[in-house]
Amino acid sequence: MSIASPTLVAPAGPAAIPKAQFDWRPLALLLALMALALPAIGSPSSWLTLTVAGLAMGLIIFVIASGLTLVFGLMDVLNFGHGVFIALGAFVATTVIGGLEGWAGNSATAQGASVGAACLAAMVVAGGVGWAFERVIVRPVYGLHLKQILITMGGMIVGEEVIKVLWGPQQIALPLPAVLRGSWLIEGIGSGASIEKYRVLAAGIGLLVFAALAWTLNRTKLGLLIRAGVQDREMVESLGYRIRRLFVGVFVTGSALAGLGGVLWGLYQQNVTPQIGAQVNVLIFIVIIIGGLGSTLGCFVGALLVGLMANYTGFLAPKVALFSNIGLMVAVLLWRPQGLYPVTNR
Amino acid sequence: MLNRILSHDLPRSRWLAAALLLILIGLAIAPFAFPGSKALGVAAKMLVFILLVASYDLLLGYTGIVSFAHTMFFGIGAYGVAIASSRLGPGWLAVALGTGLALLLSLGLSLLIGLFSLRVKAIFYAMITLAVATAFQTLASQLSDFTGGEDGLSFKAPALLSPASRLLDAPLFGLAIIGKIDGKIVCYYGLLLAVLALFLLLLRIVNSPFGRVLQAIRENDFRAEAIGFRTVVFRTLSNVLAALFACLAGALLALWLRYTGPDTTLSFEIMLDILLIVVIGGMGTMYGAVLGSVLFVLAQNYLQDLLKLGAAALDGVPVLSQFISPDRWLLWLGLLFVLSVYHFPTGVVGRLRARALRFVG
Repeated sequence: MSIASPTLVAPAGPAAIPKAQFDWRPLALLLALMALALPAIGSPSSWLTLTVAGLAMGLIIFVIASGLTLVFGLMDVLNFGHGVFIALGAFVATTVIGGLEGWAGNSATAQGASVGAACLAAMVVAGGVGWAFERVIVRPVYGLHLKQILITMGGMIVGEEVIKVLWGPQQIALPLPAVLRGSWLIEGIGSGASIEKYRVLAAGIGLLVFAALAWTLNRTKLGLLIRAGVQDREMVESLGYRIRRLFVGVFVTGSALAGLGGVLWGLYQQNVTPQIGAQVNVLIFIVIIIGGLGSTLGCFVGALLVGLMANYTGFLAPKVALFSNIGLMVAVLLWRPQGLYPVTNR
Repeated sequence: MLNRILSHDLPRSRWLAAALLLILIGLAIAPFAFPGSKALGVAAKMLVFILLVASYDLLLGYTGIVSFAHTMFFGIGAYGVAIASSRLGPGWLAVALGTGLALLLSLGLSLLIGLFSLRVKAIFYAMITLAVATAFQTLASQLSDFTGGEDGLSFKAPALLSPASRLLDAPLFGLAIIGKIDGKIVCYYGLLLAVLALFLLLLRIVNSPFGRVLQAIRENDFRAEAIGFRTVVFRTLSNVLAALFACLAGALLALWLRYTGPDTTLSFEIMLDILLIVVIGGMGTMYGAVLGSVLFVLAQNYLQDLLKLGAAALDGVPVLSQFISPDRWLLWLGLLFVLSVYHFPTGVVGRLRARALRFVG
């Protein structure tokens, strides 16, 4: 028993750099969830409708949450006030779309342009406020987690109240312009699947944001610096890059994305309340915990999982759907306690 | 003697001592000094908040853990009493049973959450508790057969505490005032005694050797671990204790209001209120909870009247008058909160103590 069997030692070749392996299992989980849902739902047409709806919802959530996860990954700051930017974006959209309603009239292009203008305005306003927020609220408390949580929460309270001052405390309707209403019917699959036009648009925007983020992070020098900063901040600083400036940029981008996400979310819900930020906050925290705090790909997969799960369970068992997110989080954490794609140095 | 009652943690500031004494006397004579049901309601709310905030201070101020699930335990206590009383009929047995079961549930839940997530970073714990508390709130509103859903539960308290009961019918010793003591006042004094006892117990806990370990963990958990304390165990214990005290506070609130609903116990607004009070009153000083709660509840109920005056004065100005409209009082409290986190993290109590030290030195 105790005699150690001689082990074969491989001849030491030139030390090869181990290749970073892509971890495909979370992606497989996503596909498995979709595949499992098909027999559970039964009809392929409803399955297609739900899957498209789920992916669209997931992509909207991704747009909202991507800024938060980037900021956390780069600077170890968790912004509990992220929800304010979402609410801000949604409220700016109500003003812009409402203001352009008369001008847009019945013309489809003009209506499309007014939504585009709303997105742009929301991004600019949220980005600007994000810049001030970083400057005034977050900067003095770098590295102090407890104070960060408290102070950003305080920022959230104040921000929500200011929104109430400017737009009023009541719920505001944010109807979709006529051109985005309605849905396409896809014949041929079962009894015909209906796919809402707006969800396709939202999914398209979400994919665009993901592609742009992935391209920036993986293919540009700026992205290289950000990723290096996530890995080892001091090293990047010692190489002479001002990581602080980089971080302000990331914070502003993240806030602008939250503003964009707020427009998409508001149009998705078709109404806006000042409490929207606090409500969505819980959702995006769950998403970035599932994804592994700080990881962009993890955030993407996590958001899609949450979106799909919410739509499937909403169809199969509406009561359970209210708890699908938290159930999903617990299940994922039991499988991988650090989230789907853990960031190495944390 | 006083030193022992206060667990050797004296106010250490003349102004603080005076304020605390004033609060104690004010609360003790409230039913007679401030007539009217609103004033009594405000005083009772102060008492419940003192206990609730003090228990949260154990967690945030002494152990350095941010939890957003504190209202969940508060709600469990309140719902425990409400559900037991409405199912079993009014009576002390139902109250005891409901409180006991609520305490058990809080114990189990806080232990579970603590062991599951206190091993990791503070931020992670804050996020997990936020998610759990939201899920619990949804659960409470969904199980409407059991909890009354959004409407909540109204129930009858034990006969002694109901407003219709009179302790003594005739004036005793020629004092007319004794004849006026009804169930509501009995209930108020019961609340006062319970809160006083539980608060002194909390003071005892944070000034015990156990409390010192918690403070060591707050200051530097790595070092505390190196000295030989299992930080996970101590953090979990602190979490459990805070949950149990919050649960008791919930049970007391339910007995006082004879009603339990999501808005009075579970809502996220209350969680924010607790956070505001702890930070403004002073983290890591049990007295901060007392001072903070009294100031906060006063502001909540009477600051709005003051703002109304200001808003009336600025009636013509378009945006500015919105800013000081009475509904926006939370805005000013939020600003005060942010400023106090930066400039005086030890809150009002810490400031008063620092002043006292400066005069002595």
